[in-house]
Amino acid sequence: MPQPLDYLKETPSQTAGPYVHIGLAPGAAGFEIFHNQLGADIAGPDAAGERISIEGRVLDGTGTAVKDVLIETWQANAAGIHAHPADPRHGEVEPGFRGWGRVVSDFETGRFVIETVKPGAVAGPGGRPMAPHISLWIVARGINLGLQTRICFADEPEANAACPVLGLIEQAHRRETLLAEPAGPGAYRFDVHLQGERETVFFDI
Amino acid sequence: MTVETGAFFMRDRRRHPPALSPSYKTSVARSPRLPLLSLGSTMSEITGPVFGHGDLGPLDNDLIRNFASTGDPVGERIIVHGRVVDERGRGVPHTLLEVWQANAGGRYRHRNDRHLAPIDPNFGGCGRCLTDETGAYAFRTVKPGAYPWRNGANDWRPAHIHISVFGTGFAQRLITQMYFEGDPLIARCPIVQTLPDPAAIEALVAPLDMNAAVPFDSLAYRFDIVLRGRRSTFFENRPEGN
Ligand SMILES: [Fe+3]
Repeated sequence: MPQPLDYLKETPSQTAGPYVHIGLAPGAAGFEIFHNQLGADIAGPDAAGERISIEGRVLDGTGTAVKDVLIETWQANAAGIHAHPADPRHGEVEPGFRGWGRVVSDFETGRFVIETVKPGAVAGPGGRPMAPHISLWIVARGINLGLQTRICFADEPEANAACPVLGLIEQAHRRETLLAEPAGPGAYRFDVHLQGERETVFFDI
Repeated sequence: MTVETGAFFMRDRRRHPPALSPSYKTSVARSPRLPLLSLGSTMSEITGPVFGHGDLGPLDNDLIRNFASTGDPVGERIIVHGRVVDERGRGVPHTLLEVWQANAGGRYRHRNDRHLAPIDPNFGGCGRCLTDETGAYAFRTVKPGAYPWRNGANDWRPAHIHISVFGTGFAQRLITQMYFEGDPLIARCPIVQTLPDPAAIEALVAPLDMNAAVPFDSLAYRFDIVLRGRRSTFFENRPEGN
């Protein structure tokens, strides 16, 4: 017998359930308890760049809106820098810019809105720039392990065509599932399809 | 402080519930059917939000006090404590843990919970804390009650606390549920049973820890959490993909 490898095993995931809002967004659950609601302001007041809002819904395999979903977003600032010490340029991030947010869908309509600044390009595999993107982590009742995907922007055709991550998607038409469509000045539309003909590309990261 | 920049170990998906778990009915229409796209760790995955004590209030980790108005909440007083470590066994310091749960009667303070058990006026049911420099955490609460839910005709959730953890990179993001040693509903629960591996289920069951109990005050349960490990950076930092 060789020596055993002493790695531990990751704690298994369990669904966030229907009441995830109590823990992560208590205001949405219907009460006030903490002095601040984390993730309410993604970019902060002083962030440079274009202010954008992305509106959408998460749809299940029957085409029905998921009305109890919680989405976390993570992104670089407009210069492509993450507010995290592993980013060598993190000292240049604007004060108040965290780049992380939480949005919950409306319990009646399933509509969510992400308000932030448009991120800049970030270096990807081999140093090639990845198209501007916002990473998403999606949890809800019925989702056993948080789903990871990205929003890219349909009005960045050159950056998208050169993006090493979008380029990994073998079926070219499925790349469109990651593109937010312009819907007016500073406004975008982005739906997530959990399954079905237009199933969103989800990542194993 | 050393900054971890190594790529994450590949996630062992057999350790997690499959997206499609038919006995948990809601998963059927909400589960992706196409293969996930494997993506190495890029800068967007090895980084994640950083939290500090300024984000929290002084009572955030005390669910007995953080919503109380006319007295203590009803229920068995407990301390839940443990460590957050990575797959290499190293403590994950200063990471954010958030918890939420039903009250002692099995009722959530949520506008969508219609269970007939009463709301406890002194119990909010959520809390949060940061791990210390060794990865240790603790919070105080009351033991949640079991509750019925619409799945099978007579399905009940075992007593559980929902726990959310961040780690140091967005790829470590995890939500799980902690169960209590000895609960006969664990074996009957369709959500617990979405886990195919019995050892994975055991990893979610917190043992009673009498050494951490406070005599004449609170019982204690121990719950350790393991987040994905990442490569050491012995040779070179190459976050852009292994
Ligand atoms: Fe629950």
